[in-house]
Amino acid sequence: MSSPAESPPSSHADLLQVHELSVFHGQLCAVDHVSFSVAHGEVLAIIGANGAGKSTLLRTIAGLHQSSNGTLNLEGREISKLAPHRRVALGVALVPEGRRLFATMTLEENLQVGAHFARSGPFSIAKIYELFEWMPARRRQRVGQLSGGEQQAVAIGRALVTNPQLLLLDELSLGLAPIVIERIYALIPEIVAHGIGVLLVEQDVTQALAVADRVHCLLEGKTSLVGTPAQLNATQIERAYFGSELSASPANGGAA
Amino acid sequence: MIWVNVLIQGILVGGFYALFACGLSLMFGVMKVINLAHGDVAVVAGYTAVFLAPQLHVAEVWSFIVVVPIFAVAGYVIQRTLIQKSIDRDPFTTLLVTFGFSVVIENLLLAIYSANGQSVNIGSLIGDSIHVSNVIYVSYISLTVLIVAIVVLGALQLFLSKTGTGRLIRAVADDREAAQLSGANYRHIFGIAAAIAFATVALAGIAYGMMTEIAPTSGGINLLYAFESVVIGGIGSLWGTLVGGVLLGIAQQVGAQINPEYQVLAGNLLFLIILGVRPHGLFGKKSAFS
Repeated sequence: MSSPAESPPSSHADLLQVHELSVFHGQLCAVDHVSFSVAHGEVLAIIGANGAGKSTLLRTIAGLHQSSNGTLNLEGREISKLAPHRRVALGVALVPEGRRLFATMTLEENLQVGAHFARSGPFSIAKIYELFEWMPARRRQRVGQLSGGEQQAVAIGRALVTNPQLLLLDELSLGLAPIVIERIYALIPEIVAHGIGVLLVEQDVTQALAVADRVHCLLEGKTSLVGTPAQLNATQIERAYFGSELSASPANGGAA
Repeated sequence: MIWVNVLIQGILVGGFYALFACGLSLMFGVMKVINLAHGDVAVVAGYTAVFLAPQLHVAEVWSFIVVVPIFAVAGYVIQRTLIQKSIDRDPFTTLLVTFGFSVVIENLLLAIYSANGQSVNIGSLIGDSIHVSNVIYVSYISLTVLIVAIVVLGALQLFLSKTGTGRLIRAVADDREAAQLSGANYRHIFGIAAAIAFATVALAGIAYGMMTEIAPTSGGINLLYAFESVVIGGIGSLWGTLVGGVLLGIAQQVGAQINPEYQVLAGNLLFLIILGVRPHGLFGKKSAFS
């Protein structure tokens, strides 16, 4: 666990193997030779400051960005050249930053779009309605009429009904009240219990540490720290998060 | 009585405008593509009906049964190749490419079939009409086209709101990336939308050939009327397009009643007034096809 960066991409226990992945936005190297793995039923949290490359990393795994180096293996299958919808068919689902619901549609229609190409598995629309008991009564409402937390729940539901093996969660807490964030994160054990691997990106470090089995910190696109929440102390995380020179020279904190 | 007739004739021609325009509206709503060759596709469909139907020993009246499916397939293929390639560059490229496509079609038709007009032969149907009174004649063919327009728009609305594929089209129109994340191949969905657009405009082109004469250059003016119908009704609303087409038709008939020279002008004036007062149209929404 302490040095996943060196592990070769072969172990069958691993659901997702990311090996030496690099992603460019034009000239900028947003993700720089990052390696890690996610096992079935495991929660890995990617933390880091704004612009550290967290969202880019998730979007690359979902297929919305192309990687320029490295490999992405899902259960031993190389997926880095596949279109996003093909990755969904193999069991990769992303809950994107900002929720990105279909604004002109009702709650139920949003879930139906997710269910249209669904793999077989435990999550049906009925199952989502069990998970979020408030939903059935409001299923005919346009999603625009829902609160931020409710919209986030619909976004998670829309991803879950595809029956993913790997669930990618991008900044779930963004713009939500603490109580709502807590309620949404309380779902994760239930999701993981089905053997789904969860890879989440979070700026709220406390929240990430509370829910994750392992933590992977990015600094300007590079891995700056890996470990379990129990192994890491606040000073280590602060350094990895902002860069080691923070206290000495604040001018260096140039997160892209 | 004359003004009742003006109103009736306006509604009849408006149905045709809406049938012509709904594909334009669909392609703009889903792919954000303004297909400047839309009118020329209709003209080609008309020509196909005139020249292909006799070869296949199909009466020209029934030619749409053959022509419409051909155009649906062609729409899918052209979307997946030519139009998708230009979408991948940038939105401006789609304007250039579809404009170029339009010019090529017009010139090919001129070169092959000359500038002479062609009509889809429907026999005696062309002259038949219902005599409501001394001044009011409702021609069967115009009435048929209006009914077809209403049925097509209704079916399309039902398809978009009730079926899984229709839902995917709306999803892609709302947020292409989020639709991909739900497993949809958006290029395929674009292809389906283009197939529907080409099929409906092919039907409109054949209807045009039945009601009057089609020439290689007929596409442009019809594209303008279609565009005006969509804008008056509001982008993203199919019933809005029908209302837009009918209002445009009525405005033109009113103009023509005052002075035959004012026919087109009156329609354009209505279009400009709507653009000024309600830029998103009478029934326009922020996003398309809900």
